[in-house]
Amino acid sequence: MSDVPILLEMRSITKEFPGVKALSDVNLVVRAGEIHAICGENGAGKSTLMKVLSGVYPHGTYDGQIIYQGSESKFSDIRASENAGIVIIHQELALIPGMSIAENIFLGNEPRKRGAIDWKAANRMALDLMARVGLQEDPDTLIKDIGVGKQQLVEIAKAFAKDVKLLILDEPTAALNEADSKHLLDLLRGFRSRGITSIMISHKLNEIEAIADQITILRDGRTVETLDVKADGVDEDRIVRGMVGRELSSRFPDHTPKIGEVFFEVRNWNVRHPISADRQVCKNESFVVRRGEIVGFAGLMGAGRTELAMSIFGRSYGVFESGTIIKDGKEIVLKSVADAIDNGLAYVSEDRKAIGLNLLDDIKSSTVAAKLSKISHHGVLSEVEEYQAAESYRKELRTKAPTVDESVSKLSGGNQQKVVLAKWMFTDPDLLILDEPTRGIDVGAKYEIYGIIQRLADQGKGVIVISSELPELIGLCDRIYTVFEGAITGEIARADATPENLMKQMTSTKKMATR
Amino acid sequence: MSRLKDLQKNLFGGTTSNARQFGMIFTLVAIVVLFQILTDGLTLRSDNLIALFQQNSYILILAIGMLMVIVAGHIDLSVGSVAAFAGILVAKSMTEWDLPWPAAILFGLAIGAVIGAWQGFWVAYIGVPAFIVTLAGMLLFRGGNQFIGNASTVPVPEGFREIGSGFLPEFGPNTGYNNATLLLGLIAAVAVVWREIQARKTRRAMDADPAPMWISILRMAIMVGVIAFAALRFASGRVGTSFPISGIILLVLVIAYSFYTRNTAGGRHIYAVGGNSRAAELSGVKLKRVNFFVMMNMSILAALAGMIFVARSAASGPQDGNGWELDAIAAVFIGGAAVAGGIGTISGSIVGGLVMAVLNNGLQLMGVGTDRVQIIKGLVLLLAVAIDVYNKSQGRFSIVGSLMRPFRRDDSAPPASPPDAEREPAKAAVSG
Repeated sequence: MSDVPILLEMRSITKEFPGVKALSDVNLVVRAGEIHAICGENGAGKSTLMKVLSGVYPHGTYDGQIIYQGSESKFSDIRASENAGIVIIHQELALIPGMSIAENIFLGNEPRKRGAIDWKAANRMALDLMARVGLQEDPDTLIKDIGVGKQQLVEIAKAFAKDVKLLILDEPTAALNEADSKHLLDLLRGFRSRGITSIMISHKLNEIEAIADQITILRDGRTVETLDVKADGVDEDRIVRGMVGRELSSRFPDHTPKIGEVFFEVRNWNVRHPISADRQVCKNESFVVRRGEIVGFAGLMGAGRTELAMSIFGRSYGVFESGTIIKDGKEIVLKSVADAIDNGLAYVSEDRKAIGLNLLDDIKSSTVAAKLSKISHHGVLSEVEEYQAAESYRKELRTKAPTVDESVSKLSGGNQQKVVLAKWMFTDPDLLILDEPTRGIDVGAKYEIYGIIQRLADQGKGVIVISSELPELIGLCDRIYTVFEGAITGEIARADATPENLMKQMTSTKKMATR
Repeated sequence: MSRLKDLQKNLFGGTTSNARQFGMIFTLVAIVVLFQILTDGLTLRSDNLIALFQQNSYILILAIGMLMVIVAGHIDLSVGSVAAFAGILVAKSMTEWDLPWPAAILFGLAIGAVIGAWQGFWVAYIGVPAFIVTLAGMLLFRGGNQFIGNASTVPVPEGFREIGSGFLPEFGPNTGYNNATLLLGLIAAVAVVWREIQARKTRRAMDADPAPMWISILRMAIMVGVIAFAALRFASGRVGTSFPISGIILLVLVIAYSFYTRNTAGGRHIYAVGGNSRAAELSGVKLKRVNFFVMMNMSILAALAGMIFVARSAASGPQDGNGWELDAIAAVFIGGAAVAGGIGTISGSIVGGLVMAVLNNGLQLMGVGTDRVQIIKGLVLLLAVAIDVYNKSQGRFSIVGSLMRPFRRDDSAPPASPPDAEREPAKAAVSG
């Protein structure tokens, strides 16, 4: 391949955010006409790198050079990179649901005739572009009336409308079903034969293995290696090794689990997507939790772990279809969050700012918010008991705040998370579901949160930890389930858990229970 | 400066919103003093104070309901029409169906409940934005009023008029004052002292230092002084006049609803829904029920306000309640509620409503025409909300809170950005 001209070279890119080095000395070489895959765990820096390339982070906010088509490019914004023919298609599609296909394709780029939009020309050109991506629809069809697979194609057609030379796809198949994914991959192959260069970020290693020419692996914001798929004989195992090949440091408090009997069980859990009814987000999932046990759920983004947790927690996500929850030997039906709380469930959400906390509240009212009945007497809230509860959790969890009157919006991420934990500990749950409990939290606070989780388990509670960080799951959990595309694909005991076998089961539908 | 700081921190209430509450009350006092000077003492004369209360009690009652609606993140444009609709039905029920007036009042509240259930249904269970539902309601019930009343006025009987134009009765020895009003003032003064003692007890139970004793005493002295002054003013009006019945109704509602919003789970839920509805839902709050309740409650209070107005003007007419929604909404926003919901207090809204009322009254006493009064009121509202929106990023202060900012320079200024803020982009960026 080395005789093929280089289209893009990113040289020792370093991007820092206050307190975090997201990219350090990353190199990427993309040759004209190839499909170049970028792999790495969540947080490895893939998206940041693409944002540097596409001008989301403009020239001057990072160190390093971007050599594109033989000369150095200094993009000041997305528009500049698009004018140069670099188009990025994000995981969350940037289409306007209430507008037609043609309107979306030409949004911001409308063909004009004497100042007015020339719809005749637009529709004609749209049909042409749609034919190139294999989309057979009326250009007047509204975006919201076509499936997500076709929406993806509209995005690509939109890229072609901008005369794309380098197409960047961020997790293009994450939301697609198998048939749509296959169509998209075929399309990318077609582009390659016509000389269009693509960069593809994907977690689906089987797809990468099947389609990519070159693979660059990032880990912790650094380039690990670039593999030539054909020459190096790369397979999934080889990619996984590159992605996770790091030492697991002792970032976890010592803990001897005291595991009791099974007390919580979910059987044959089926849930549909709240809007697109043909998408099943939980496919016949079953699992058990024992008293005193910390159970991990491993999976890639979009695997359906949060959806599983929230649908169990009082059907707060999706459309419930079928399934049973058994707690302490009895079947329970949780139709609302209030039911779930009353039955001893607690759910700490992955996004504490958006859905976990009311940022207008202070620490004390946040602490008691999920169980006001506990501080009410004849319907009247006791300010004193509220204060005492909040204060005792503040001391127990060592939340750093001058007083419990402090607004939660002024706390750091780690301390906000402690308030959320206090809020749910206050409800006296038997089962705590923690969704990405350490996301956006620095290392010191993480250690403390791990300690809190272990103490909760030692009190005889069951704890479910959903995390995208494999080392975290391996270090913390007594047992780990792997989830892939809405189905549980494996169950791995602590002793057998390695990043490699977890990653393997997180990326394949094959059932490989190692127990 | 530390004494002044103590003073600002502790003068009113016992929570973090002290500075703001203090600022609002300060603004009200400033406006009263200003007009007292500009009108050569007319503003604080007994008859003017009595009229001020009678003319504004129904707006302030609306402001109570509106505060809860706005805190929950909605708006109600229909209150004026609902008030007029309930008013005409109540008037008809007494004149044509010979309903006794106490029954007619219950009938009026029931009408409010039914209308509220109607609007709450659309907002909470169908998910139509409250702005649209109540805009429709505004037309619907205005038309309903004119349809039922044939666009003419319907008089109401004597007994009923008491709730709008009645006064506390005369009794006991001749003191030269209205004894009932004096008694009311005494009760209020005792309540203030009792509350202060309770607050100190609560602070101690929270292992927090209560405010210095001198501040407690000063605070009580000011409050008791204001109460005594008001009681004497209201009690020394023209013979036969005293503290108005509509004022009593307002006082009871303010106390009851303040208690509800501050000290019960139901009240907390309203703030939770307005602050972050998804988080509230995931904490077990029944979102639909809360939304239904605030809309329904608003219409009940609107019906009550409508009845008080009809009672005061002795007849129900086709133009009753025109523009009330705007006065009520203005009161709530001037009183420091956030446009996006989740923030606001009943007492703040009442003070906001009084600011508007005193402004209105003072300008009229000065002979300013309604045209210019409207212009000034409009500008005051715009300024209030503009400053609220502008300050959202800086810790959400209300207009009057902002007016107070220069005076609070040595107070620990709220940090411009929470410590977590600068970590945000990093978090977003590395979650690739």
